Amino acid sequence: MIAEAGLAALWLAAAMALLQMVGGFAQLGARGTELGAVVKPAAIVQGVLCLFAFGALMRLFWITDLSVLLVANNSHIDKPAIFKLAATWGNHEGSMLLWVTVLALSGAAIALFEKRLDAKTLLTTLAVQGFLALGFFAFLLFSSNPFERLMPSPPSGAGLNPLLQDLGLAFHPPTLYFGYVGLSVAFSFAVGALLTGKVGPVFARAMRPWVLAAWIFLTLGITAGSYWAYYELGWGGWWFWDPVENASLMPWLAATALLHSVSVLATRNALRAWTIMLALVAFAMSMAGTFLVRSGILTSVHAFAVDPERGAFILALLMLYVGGAFALFALRIGSVKQGEPFAIVSREGAIVANNILLSVILGVVLVGTLFPLFAEAMGNKISVGAPYFNKATTPIALLIMLALLIGPMLRWRRDDEARVRKIVVVPLFAAIVTLVILVIVAPEAGVSPILGLGFAAALAIAAWLPLFGRKLRLTPLPIFGMVIAHFGLAVSVAGMAAESGFSSETLAAMTPGESRTVAGWTVKLRDVRPVAGDNWVAVEGDMLASRDGESVEIKPQSRQFFTPEQQTSEAALLTRWDGQLYAVIAQPNVANDTRWQVRLWWKPFVSFIWVGGCLVALGGLIALLGRMFRRAKKPAQNKWAS
Amino acid sequence: MDRRWLLWVPLVVFAFIAGWFIYGLAVPQDKLIRSAMVGQKLPGFALPPATTGAVGFAASELADGKPRLLNIFASWCIPCRAEAPQLEMLKAAGVEIDGVAVRDRPEDVAAFLTEYGNPYRRIGADQTMRVQLMLGSSGVPETYVIGGDGTILYQHIGDIRDEHVPVLLQKLQEAG
Repeated sequence: MIAEAGLAALWLAAAMALLQMVGGFAQLGARGTELGAVVKPAAIVQGVLCLFAFGALMRLFWITDLSVLLVANNSHIDKPAIFKLAATWGNHEGSMLLWVTVLALSGAAIALFEKRLDAKTLLTTLAVQGFLALGFFAFLLFSSNPFERLMPSPPSGAGLNPLLQDLGLAFHPPTLYFGYVGLSVAFSFAVGALLTGKVGPVFARAMRPWVLAAWIFLTLGITAGSYWAYYELGWGGWWFWDPVENASLMPWLAATALLHSVSVLATRNALRAWTIMLALVAFAMSMAGTFLVRSGILTSVHAFAVDPERGAFILALLMLYVGGAFALFALRIGSVKQGEPFAIVSREGAIVANNILLSVILGVVLVGTLFPLFAEAMGNKISVGAPYFNKATTPIALLIMLALLIGPMLRWRRDDEARVRKIVVVPLFAAIVTLVILVIVAPEAGVSPILGLGFAAALAIAAWLPLFGRKLRLTPLPIFGMVIAHFGLAVSVAGMAAESGFSSETLAAMTPGESRTVAGWTVKLRDVRPVAGDNWVAVEGDMLASRDGESVEIKPQSRQFFTPEQQTSEAALLTRWDGQLYAVIAQPNVANDTRWQVRLWWKPFVSFIWVGGCLVALGGLIALLGRMFRRAKKPAQNKWAS
Repeated sequence: MDRRWLLWVPLVVFAFIAGWFIYGLAVPQDKLIRSAMVGQKLPGFALPPATTGAVGFAASELADGKPRLLNIFASWCIPCRAEAPQLEMLKAAGVEIDGVAVRDRPEDVAAFLTEYGNPYRRIGADQTMRVQLMLGSSGVPETYVIGGDGTILYQHIGDIRDEHVPVLLQKLQEAG
């Protein structure tokens, strides 16, 4: 009964999306204004219906209704309660329902809260949003129905991929989804503005909070995903340049560029066409990412629910929406007037530099991700690995950091080069001192880690300089947000550089009673014993890690799950201010061997990577609050206010 | 100069990528990984005997003027058991077969040969999969046709079934 109600709600919601689209596009014509009145109510009702459908699916997973195919395939009666709920979106159909629900809720939120944009552009934006939703409803209802029944129903269910049976799963995918789908709002705004021709500061100010919100979710989602891979996969790495990771990184890069260019458009009325283009590209990247993950045309550890037919469906949607939007861009952007001019040494100039560099990284990642596909078509089987990505992206990332040392301090429109030289003295000095110390103390770390640490040190100081000389109580919140986000980037880069340049590793076959050392830590394997959980058994290493008189127990596990059968490794992490001790235990290599395979890493300052990521997101949140808070007051008046 | 055409660049790039996507969907992927070594000389290696009573060999010994098969197998590999009768058929047809036992133990190899027969002239032990990788092999079993001059002429991936026996014999014949 719940399943049928959920399905009915989905069909009704699809009808609402259709209404929203027809009404919204009709009001663009000369006589269609009456139809425009249905757009906002339709968007709100659509949001409510989708929420209901998603709630229904969660309920089905909660009570483990095995007569529903999706539940039977992805859950199990013995599964812990929290993972039963998380299983709702830990599969293809459920995650697509989540996608559509977020899309519909964003539409409802635009209808309810967006007050600044002129009525025509707003209704057109909602029409585009309805058009997008309609495609995904079709996908859901025709090829991925989450509410399909199974007759007869099985007694216990097939279970969830154990790798995903982790708290990380409860938050990582939905967070990313909010980000991906949030970018659809930027896309709808951009297409709406292209159709009405009103690309200007008002449009940019209306779009900015949405971009910011989506970007915050993406940042958090990527940070969480990276940490999840780090401790759950047990390889000790935090980024693998896997196609699916890249699929989340590319929209983030585009969104980051968009976030900066939209500020230029909002404040200085420049970069009009570029901002629109970035809004289109950001969502195109989200959709292309979804396509790559679902179609299985690239091999990836993340690819789930791989199905060429579904891939074809998503590809058709991608071509319709993105192809259509790019064609519209080419046809209509000419009618958008040229923005205000600016000098190269200016805030705009620095942001353009940032945008170009981010776009280059985006291109590098895109080429690397798609290259195996191209090569395969040419008859070669080639995979592009971490060395390519690291080599190609690191120099550009370092350049971005250089631009960041100066950019935020520059004045709008034009700045004085002598003044700039004065400002950058302190951070450059910090960079040089750090570089010199590192080159003397640890030349073996390699060029990139040393440069990374030096630039991070400089940026950690330079990030705060925009606050210098300001009255802090009068400083707008977005400035604080920017400062914290840039500081967070410095922290994160420092973590990456330290991890890649200064990690130590020990790999050993140990019998209980033996000890090994890694980077000042002595780890003793005291015992190995079996432990059991709800739906797994494991061998657990009982280890004692000691350094400088401090001793701590750590307990890495090698888990064996039952439904479905799979082994996972639960690394033991010991976090200290100056790094993490990472321990993994595995079954003996061959039978009858009494030695356990133990892998120990000391990763200096590795947690900075994720702390930095969280700081970046926090900066975004502060900026967002600032924008929303200011919304209550009268918007700043200038010559582009209308 | 009119630079309007630049506005169409994103669409063209997108169309190009979408075209590749369609191609990727339409043409199912080849899951077999062909060795890049086919057509090249055998890389240099020397393998110790895989079990007591077996004879090890070096790459140079394979280039003795007579075409032969090089079979990569392991006692722990189930398809290798399935192809044992076909290897016997090839041996009965006068083909010389040398084996490379991958990641195996002498006693297990001996038990395997006792149970499924020994079609091999020589069996080398490749404990670390080094030789397997050098040959460009990505799994067991795989069988290579080696020319009399030591050139890798043909790679057969997976177990040898009845229908593959004539193919291998023909390749050997072509090799001289």
